[in-house]
Amino acid sequence: MSESIKKTLSSKLEVLEAMPNHPAVQALQRWNSEAWVDARFDRGEMTLTVAPESILEAAAAVQAAGYNFFEDMTAVDWFPSSPRFQLSYHILSHKLLERIRLRVLLEETDPAVESITSIWPAANFFEREVFDLFGIRFEGHPNLRRIMMPEDWQGHPLRKDYPVEGYR
Amino acid sequence: MTDRAGTPILEVPVAEGAKDQHMVLNMGPQHPATHGVLRLVLEIDGEIVVRLYPEIGYLHTGIEKTCEAKFYQQVVPLTDRVNYLDPLSNNLAYCLAVEKLLDLEIPDKAQWLRVLLAELSRLNSHLIWLGTHAMDIGALTVFLYTFREREEILRLLEAVAGQRMMTSYIRVGGLAMEPPIDFLPRVQAFIKTLPEKFDEYSNLLTGNPIFKNRLKGIGYLSAEDAIAYGVTGPPLRASGVDIDLRRDMPYSSYEKFQFKVPVLPDGDTWARYLVRLDEMRESIKIIQQALDGMPEGSVKADAPKVVLPDREKMKTQMEALIHHFKIVTEGFNVPAGEVYQGIECGHGQIGFYVVSDGTAKPWRVHMRYPSFATLQALETMCKGGMLADVVAVIGSIDIVLGEIDR
Repeated sequence: MSESIKKTLSSKLEVLEAMPNHPAVQALQRWNSEAWVDARFDRGEMTLTVAPESILEAAAAVQAAGYNFFEDMTAVDWFPSSPRFQLSYHILSHKLLERIRLRVLLEETDPAVESITSIWPAANFFEREVFDLFGIRFEGHPNLRRIMMPEDWQGHPLRKDYPVEGYR
Repeated sequence: MTDRAGTPILEVPVAEGAKDQHMVLNMGPQHPATHGVLRLVLEIDGEIVVRLYPEIGYLHTGIEKTCEAKFYQQVVPLTDRVNYLDPLSNNLAYCLAVEKLLDLEIPDKAQWLRVLLAELSRLNSHLIWLGTHAMDIGALTVFLYTFREREEILRLLEAVAGQRMMTSYIRVGGLAMEPPIDFLPRVQAFIKTLPEKFDEYSNLLTGNPIFKNRLKGIGYLSAEDAIAYGVTGPPLRASGVDIDLRRDMPYSSYEKFQFKVPVLPDGDTWARYLVRLDEMRESIKIIQQALDGMPEGSVKADAPKVVLPDREKMKTQMEALIHHFKIVTEGFNVPAGEVYQGIECGHGQIGFYVVSDGTAKPWRVHMRYPSFATLQALETMCKGGMLADVVAVIGSIDIVLGEIDR
């Protein structure tokens, strides 16, 4: 894939055309070609956007394709744009030595998504952190409590409408 | 029960079937063996750990939020403060991520010096781990010995960066400045003495029956569990998983260095100890190769809009002065996009996820730090073991609370 590393592929169609043999693309295509809505290959990194309701299945699909190691998960607040929240899951494959990013876009009102702790228990703390600092709920999480901030804290500090110096 | 905002808060969940004779023991946040401010809630049955619940956040300083209010170059000093035992690896991970966004070409000399410094930093981190781990077990002497060597490393870092711990020496686009002329000979003289020193530690610990008995067979972590809990670095390799980003997904020209990646299948505290000791010896080899093959050239990329000019040029050339003024007052714009850069530091895999919206301040900087994930595996390692072993296991996973709480 080294020859295409410099190139940016900015849509699902382009990615499907240029890299049909990418193992994660193949896995998602086999799983459900409708439920992954977008793809982007930029700076040598593959980003696959998945519909919010199917993240758990998508995670299982890429895990079965050899992406065995959950590395990182976090959120980005695109306030004031819509959809406001983006979740980025970084999954590494120990065998293919390659990393993919699964992306989920969430609306501002009552953002919630299924927890992937049943697939990777490692996501536990990461999801708690996102819950704490962004206020995104994870359905089916075994222990969804604040992790960094005190339990009686109000607001979610990493949201863009939360001032850097805090409320005084 | 709900908090003021109406979100339900849960008590620390009690294990199902908890028996009357079980005792709940609070350990920390002020406890010398937790390496910072980690609080553990332990449920014990006599001396046996039934359940362990880590409570974190006591050191949370909101570094990720602060990053969003700074220029890209101003984030570098913040990264030092996350894991203060391995500052150059943090600098490196962040700078590599931003350089990926900028598509900057880094000169060879800067890359090799980065490797050399990252390995010195790894030695620093491992020496502190060894000293404090042995101290937790009761072998106080080693602590004094490792801090003697660590002092030398700090002096070397001071020589290049002017700072012992918060170096901020690796910058976006290269290094802050040329290292002093006597720096490389000093590193050479220092690493020559190291193998002997490591033998000394081995004599004190590896052959010590008390130390061995305290570590062997406790804190078992299988390869499957290690992967499931996101464990990286030496604990993962001590569970038999052969992965090291320096070799497998090389960055900063690590592909040009020859070194072995120590792997042991045992998965216990003793294996984690041996893996780190071996890793320290491999680090010496990498430093030696970096010294032998150090390329000539500049330590800064040729990007006047990103990299600050030399003082000399700034005071003599109008153009350099303008660039200097612009970078300091307005920062530099970074093309929109998102990147994730993973590197291998002393504790495991660091990951910097940087999202840019095209302006001079990062839209989002997320730091994935190894201790945060590794801590989740602590319960699996300690369950069913003795209470006294918890201290040994915490020492063996080498956590730094600064990077857990950020």
